[in-house]
Amino acid sequence: MIPEPIREYSRAEQVTREDLILFLNACFVCTGQREFYSDADAQRVSIEFLHAYILGNYRLLYARTLAAGVNDFNQAEIVLNLLATGRDTPFEHRAEENSLITATLQMLPPQRAWRLLEQIRQRRINNRRSRSLVRRFVAGREEIAFDAVKYRSKVRAAAAHAHLPLGKTTSARTAELGRFLFRPNRSEGTPIFSTALFESVRQAHYRAEAVYELPYTVAEGFAAKHGIPRDVFLKRIASQMTDGEKLRLQATAERAQSAVPALDPMRLSLTRLALYVLSLPREKREAFSDALRQSARATLSRTGGQTVLPALGRVAAVLDNSYSSSGSTEKRQRPLGVALAVHLLLQEAAGQGHYRAFWTLPPRPAVMGGGEPGKPLSIEARGQTDLATPLLDALEWGAETILIVSDGFENDPPQGAGEVLRVFRTCLDPRRRTTIIHLNPVFNPEELVPRALSPHVPTIGLRGAEDLATAVGFARFADGAMPLEGLESHLAAQRDRFLERVKGTGWNPSH
Amino acid sequence: MEPLALTGLEIAPSQVFGSIRLVPLLRRGGSADLRLSRRAYHEDVAIVALGGDDRSGPSLAYFSYVPHGLVLSWSEDGTAAEAAYGGQIEKQNVFRLDQSGFSTARMLHRMVKREAPRRLRFLPLHMAMEGFLSLFFGGPSIAWGEYSRQALRDGLSPRSERVIFGPSVRGLEDALRLFEIHDRQVGVLIFVAEALASAFVTSDPEDYRALHPTLLEDFYGDLIYQYGQFYDTTVPLSVAIEDKSIHQLSDLRAAADRVRAEWGAFHGFQAGDLIGRPASAQTLYSAGPFRIERFITDLDPARENHIGEMIRRDGTGELMYLKTYRLSAAQTRRVYLLSQLAANEWNLNQTAAALGTDRNGLTLRLSNAGFGYLLHPEILAAAHKSEWIARAGGGEGQ
Repeated sequence: MIPEPIREYSRAEQVTREDLILFLNACFVCTGQREFYSDADAQRVSIEFLHAYILGNYRLLYARTLAAGVNDFNQAEIVLNLLATGRDTPFEHRAEENSLITATLQMLPPQRAWRLLEQIRQRRINNRRSRSLVRRFVAGREEIAFDAVKYRSKVRAAAAHAHLPLGKTTSARTAELGRFLFRPNRSEGTPIFSTALFESVRQAHYRAEAVYELPYTVAEGFAAKHGIPRDVFLKRIASQMTDGEKLRLQATAERAQSAVPALDPMRLSLTRLALYVLSLPREKREAFSDALRQSARATLSRTGGQTVLPALGRVAAVLDNSYSSSGSTEKRQRPLGVALAVHLLLQEAAGQGHYRAFWTLPPRPAVMGGGEPGKPLSIEARGQTDLATPLLDALEWGAETILIVSDGFENDPPQGAGEVLRVFRTCLDPRRRTTIIHLNPVFNPEELVPRALSPHVPTIGLRGAEDLATAVGFARFADGAMPLEGLESHLAAQRDRFLERVKGTGWNPSH
Repeated sequence: MEPLALTGLEIAPSQVFGSIRLVPLLRRGGSADLRLSRRAYHEDVAIVALGGDDRSGPSLAYFSYVPHGLVLSWSEDGTAAEAAYGGQIEKQNVFRLDQSGFSTARMLHRMVKREAPRRLRFLPLHMAMEGFLSLFFGGPSIAWGEYSRQALRDGLSPRSERVIFGPSVRGLEDALRLFEIHDRQVGVLIFVAEALASAFVTSDPEDYRALHPTLLEDFYGDLIYQYGQFYDTTVPLSVAIEDKSIHQLSDLRAAADRVRAEWGAFHGFQAGDLIGRPASAQTLYSAGPFRIERFITDLDPARENHIGEMIRRDGTGELMYLKTYRLSAAQTRRVYLLSQLAANEWNLNQTAAALGTDRNGLTLRLSNAGFGYLLHPEILAAAHKSEWIARAGGGEGQ
């Protein structure tokens, strides 16, 4: 039998593959905000360079990364960059690019989608495609009246910039939208709106009762205008709050001695909830352990973690809670929150005895000077980064899969875990029986990637625990074993799934 | 002279930020019977009265910007001492320096001042600097004719040195902010571009955490400032594990521990011009079982020289507090010349012979070092003239 000739991969293909991995990794995690070791400017310059570089060299793949699970910030950046350089799109790729852009805008959370449309104006992007995108997005929004009230300045900016014919159409719906956005006080005939929400806004200027029909952020201003006492306002507006707002206002409501809005942990993002719990004093945190467990369970079923994570076998997590995991003023405790959320998720996914967490500095016991070890919820960001010791503990425990969550800056000793990983891979486990993945919640602008611990272990950017399953799935590409075709077909498959999901929501852009 | 030692401390691997390398020092056992806390001073100038009485004003005073003092409390019997946080019982002695009233000054009585039983206040680093400035302060012990009348009357007074304020050292602020403090950490060695800038040790980890930001308010030598400007990075260092000897996980763990120990040992070696260096120490105060001392290394002009202050436990010699300042080359040279003069009873000819030069050469060296005011103007003029003739003559000869 003649063996199949082994295909030589050209240097160009290798470079493309490396570039793409680098870009995807950066896009998973970077949000252009300040981090512990670097400021916002450095982050911005770095990620903007990456976007410009990939857009210029691999336009189609750049568009496809929209479907690869990159974070909202980078999705918006990609859409804006594609819209700004529309004339460079080859004819045969136009349809695909357009459908990806439209689908992305549809999948983004409303506040981020409207922000994107506002940025189209700020960056002075104005072409037929961008105007059509805005037009179809506005036409496709089911609750455009709600959006117009809650995101008024953004909707107005988008409508004006895209020349939406709001007043001239025969549709009463959009005609009133135009009047609400642009001429709320100048009515031809009656000042009364027939759209209930618009009418509530009009009335809220005069009638305190109408305030409670508005979205919370809008009502806040009117409440101040009418001088409604804080506790009364918070109690009555609770039904209008989003889940994120309820979480944010827990402490405020407590201070105002109003009823604290009830949380629905099934709907809340696990990472956000974990970050909230970490912001509390240590003795108040245990009260949230059930909510966190429920949230973790809901996250597992929502993100497909139920199938991916138990397949990892005996899992150990090496979690970095050094001082640098306290994040920055813009991302308070984010790395620590991600580590805690990953811990909760793995605990929920793995069966009893199949999972163990190894912190760099284990939580302090509740009683000073001993007793039982501290609960993971009482974890704090403090101390040096010693990843080598917990990593060795995890290896000795006999883990089949080790997930390291760390920003990659280790200093006790420097490169300690890197050396342990190198020697372990080359001497003790050359066949790679133990899977080791480094998940990094921090983008390092100097290297243009999340900082790696060792070249022997793939490093994946991880912005929230919700993306854990995606990140673990992506690790095989970052490992270096997969050729470019594999990565390309993976991106194509993700694109198909992504577009399918949008279709599944019943949104029809041509409407 | 006895060598300096980090008794009771161990050195942990360093953390690097730009050109700054911070090396944590950890304490082996807990000892809570000596505590330090910070007391902030907000005035532009502090005037520390060193001699004379209060009514007629001080006959000798130390002027400097002093951003904070340290309050030391201890217990005699080894029980835990209370850190005097926020305590302020010092007599407020603040006044305006000028008519416009923009600059303020604070009078302080003595470098080390007892405030209450088992509690005293001292001015960190200024204690050492004052000791440095007052070395050979009295001037010539024999009224040789070569010295100026001022030198014979007032000695070296006024004697001054320039230092650099912490925030001016590039990168130091960020490095201190981003540094990850260990749980058992009580001290730090600060390297700028691999030159030891300062060493700081407290008695208790809690105190260290509170005093860590004060490192920015300290002063540093001008060499450290220049190194901060010149260099962006440190020398890249790494310690590798030898693959050959690893056969199982326990080997790997032992190797990782070894790597950590090697880092510590290496940093000890890096700070070799301070640790283990012979230094002459002077006891300032005996506080129960502790001794407050200031020291200066042996003034070998070929090596780095440090001045500093420390608190050691009697008997065990455990280092409870340490703060050092690295002298610049010019500062070392100045005090070296003075020490040579003093050793030769301020006789210029004898000192010149000891230094391997002649009288004019020594005169010029003193003048260049900033001590021209000590010498009689005629002596100075003669030295400059002979130097000029030697140069001109050398030119003709060619």
